[in-house]
Amino acid sequence: MNFMVQTLGTAGATMVVGLIGVMALVAVNALFLIWMERKVSAHMQLRPGPMEVGWHGAIQTIADAIKLMGKELITPEEVDRPIFWLAPIVIFLPVLLSFLVIPFSASWIIRDMNVGIVLILAFSTLAVLSILMAGWSSNNKYAVLGAIRSVAQNVAYEIPLLITVMSIILMVGSFKLTDIVAAQERLWFVLLQPVAFILYIICATAETNRAPFDIPEAESELVAGFHTEYSGMRFALFFLAEYTNMFICSAIAAVLFLGGWHGPILPGVVWFLIKVYFVIFLMMWFRWTFPRTRFDQLITFAWKILIPLAFANLLITALVLKLR
Amino acid sequence: MQRGFQLEAKTGEPLISFGLLEEALNLARANSLWPITFGLACCAIEMMAAGASRFDLDRFGAGVFRPSPRQSDLMIVAGTISKKMAPPIVRLWDQMPAPKWVIAMGNCAISGGPFYYPNQYAIVPGADLIIPVDVYVPGCPPRPEGLIEGILVLEEKITQRGRLRKFRDVK
Repeated sequence: MNFMVQTLGTAGATMVVGLIGVMALVAVNALFLIWMERKVSAHMQLRPGPMEVGWHGAIQTIADAIKLMGKELITPEEVDRPIFWLAPIVIFLPVLLSFLVIPFSASWIIRDMNVGIVLILAFSTLAVLSILMAGWSSNNKYAVLGAIRSVAQNVAYEIPLLITVMSIILMVGSFKLTDIVAAQERLWFVLLQPVAFILYIICATAETNRAPFDIPEAESELVAGFHTEYSGMRFALFFLAEYTNMFICSAIAAVLFLGGWHGPILPGVVWFLIKVYFVIFLMMWFRWTFPRTRFDQLITFAWKILIPLAFANLLITALVLKLR
Repeated sequence: MQRGFQLEAKTGEPLISFGLLEEALNLARANSLWPITFGLACCAIEMMAAGASRFDLDRFGAGVFRPSPRQSDLMIVAGTISKKMAPPIVRLWDQMPAPKWVIAMGNCAISGGPFYYPNQYAIVPGADLIIPVDVYVPGCPPRPEGLIEGILVLEEKITQRGRLRKFRDVK
């Protein structure tokens, strides 16, 4: 550690340690979340879920991961090889970069940037690019349709998402995530901005491509959507990115609305993780409760209901702040 | 059958055996057999029942029915194979990445079942005529317990040891 501080400086050493920590977190989080998803879905359908592999299926996901590593990597004949190879790697770029500014506690943050929330929102849009790359390069009609839907869906949820986040930023007056959390020391913003919280959760579900908005990979229409042609570890990378993306969306929800690391007795990191996994559980609950919406229903819903509501919320927030 | 890579074991003797690594891989493969979402006739209804709440195939890690052949390990041929349907089955089998396995579920997939009689012109009498079958599950249709038993037998075939015998002996 001392050697690293001498050679890289404090900021560089934090970066290296943070990168290693984030890689470990990404892997462990995905292993845990996939097990949790299978257990939550199972109990909602009145069945036990994975039981035989480890205690209550605890090492089921590890078996899945080892199996996927041992699978054949198929590159179909007619694909656009460089892009097909690059897409599962590119999907990790926004996911890893977003961890740069997420405050796990008052001191557990890799880089406390003054553009924090804007940085995350800007990079999360990049994930759509890699989905488009995957769908387009696969040279498969189902993959292309999935990619096209993903891009159109992005237009639908991104605007209400930004406007919703804007109303929180208006209250705090800062883009810094640590400032936003510090402003919620006495009162969480979910109590002051309940409409914004609901809008954010809806948009986050759409952003992570999960049911009821899992239109890009709708199984019953599009085989497996944009990753139809991916096998083995490449497919596993898409899965890993999806679950990490869920973690990030829930972390932003915890930071913006649920008071981040604030909470009694337990240390800040524990409170933060409890809140994050609570929001993730909420998203899993949605997935196994609601049927998939049709594509035009999502677009209509986003443009005719979410955007006007988000604008109204922003306007009322601005008025209250001005007249207070 | 020799220990080693199962795909080679299907066609002949394994060329190289990696010992411990191979055993670990086979253990993982046996415990996460993802079937392809694919049914041909009434046996598919029993296959769905095996995946649903009462029987729950997911207990053994085999409940992740993948829609794409590129992501699945196991093909459950559930139902009558008509001559029209045989080429798509072979195509799906070719699209699956190795290592992969087949369960022939029900009498139709084993030998043509009640639809096989002299001068019939529409049925392929047995899945093993078009793809290499690992486990046969008889019945018309077999009960979900039968399919689960077939998957457990396939797991034993992959790992070469009676791992789940204690669950099978429970009365």
